Amino acid sequence: MKPLSNRSKVVSDKTLSAKESAYLPAIMHGLGVTLKHFFRRPATTKYPEQQREFSVVYRGRHVLKRDENGAERCTACGLCAVACPAEAITMTSAERKKGEEKLYREEKYATTYEINMLRCIFCGLCEEACPKQAIFLTPETAPASYEREDFFWGKDRLVEGLAPEQRIDVTKRQDR
Amino acid sequence: MEWLFLLDKTVIAFVAFAITLLIATYSTYAERKVAAFMQDRVGPDRAGPFGIFQPLADAGKFFFKEEIIPNTSNKFLFIIGPGIAMLTALMTSVVIPWGDTLEINGRMVSLQVSDLNIGVLYVFGVVSLGVYGIMIGGWASNNKFSLLGAVRASSQMISYEISMGLALIALIMMTGSLSLKTIVEQQHSFWNEGWFSWNVFSQPLGFLLFLVCSFAECNRTPFDLAECDAELVGGYHTEYSSMKLGFYMFAEYINMFISGAFMTSLFFGGYNFPFMDDMGLSQNWVTVIGVFVFFLKTFAFIFFFMWVRWTLPRFRYDQLMRLGWQYMIPLSLLNIFITGSVILFIEYIK
Repeated sequence: MKPLSNRSKVVSDKTLSAKESAYLPAIMHGLGVTLKHFFRRPATTKYPEQQREFSVVYRGRHVLKRDENGAERCTACGLCAVACPAEAITMTSAERKKGEEKLYREEKYATTYEINMLRCIFCGLCEEACPKQAIFLTPETAPASYEREDFFWGKDRLVEGLAPEQRIDVTKRQDR
Repeated sequence: MEWLFLLDKTVIAFVAFAITLLIATYSTYAERKVAAFMQDRVGPDRAGPFGIFQPLADAGKFFFKEEIIPNTSNKFLFIIGPGIAMLTALMTSVVIPWGDTLEINGRMVSLQVSDLNIGVLYVFGVVSLGVYGIMIGGWASNNKFSLLGAVRASSQMISYEISMGLALIALIMMTGSLSLKTIVEQQHSFWNEGWFSWNVFSQPLGFLLFLVCSFAECNRTPFDLAECDAELVGGYHTEYSSMKLGFYMFAEYINMFISGAFMTSLFFGGYNFPFMDDMGLSQNWVTVIGVFVFFLKTFAFIFFFMWVRWTLPRFRYDQLMRLGWQYMIPLSLLNIFITGSVILFIEYIK
């Protein structure tokens, strides 16, 4: 019969040669391998003290960006919620009033914006769907908690801070 | 003078006991470190600098864990099992010559608890009893995994004891004595009458056989069929918890240390080291250095035990039995034959 793939191997049941059944040469070889590793530098990251850098395109917790003037970019179009395969994003919207131009960039904005971090699979489709470059995933992890309520992230936790040091830099993700 | 002699021996026995326990404790730490280094990890490093208090933390955990005795088990035997394992492990250290004689105020103090003239035989007897700890513990647990582990352990130990004994017979034919002290004294220094004085150089095959058998006797990988977590959960100590489990593990490490010490005395010259007579040191200094050398050699063996554990996978049961009965025993018989021929030949040319 013709094999379906050329990955199949011919199994051999030949008996061990005298050298092989003496075990000792193979054992010596094995001991040499482990001894080589004994003197090798460990690959461990000592976690609480040292932390490994995440890649810049790591898909961690989300951030809702503000523009350069500090106004929220999100216009509550709902494309991210539609794109979300886990249906983790919900929002309500309202029209911007006079005098709120500093707060919201577009004429419509999200009054509430909630991501259920337990449902979220961190696929990044919301990031891709967003036409306003408002939502991004960051190389930070969502912290663990014992309370279920702690995983419903509203605008208070998603929107980045106004102060320059509270801004989250996502320029490296945008380049890719 | 009689009570002074008793005092000496008591002190030596207690010190040997304490050192044995200390080394067994730190073997657990060493094992974890060696395992980690061989797998490119760092191992325990949280308790104290480099994690050197890890064994204390482990022991504390063992003491505070809940102790479970299955209600279907034979309670008396279940409790006595780990005790026997520990007892037999500790008993063997009596005949090990830790060092030469020390001279204190004109008295010669031999650094050995008891120089039995049947020392080797004594060790063998006690080691054979060691299987009872595992056997009784495994049987009394009333658990199929424990029983299987116990059965495997006992058949393995009995099989390998034969070739172990036969490997030693060749050595004893050479030394002509069963006293460990005499055997060590015969290996004085390093070079004697045109040949190395350590027995490993005149009995290489015997040493190899003995080494393999001692792996089997200590239930260490590649012969750890008594435990084999993969198939038998934990083998004979599946049902054990708390410090009883600790006792079994501890007994294993003590056994490892003792068999290292035993092999050092039998094959690697015990407390003898090269150029010990040419350094111009007093007898006491030579003895003190000798004790350090003895422990150095023993630690090398312990390291070797661990090294092999993290290198080789476990033998299958039938492979183990075939190796024991079809290779080890004929080889040790061959070794006896060769040794006898050589001894006769040497006598003939003299």
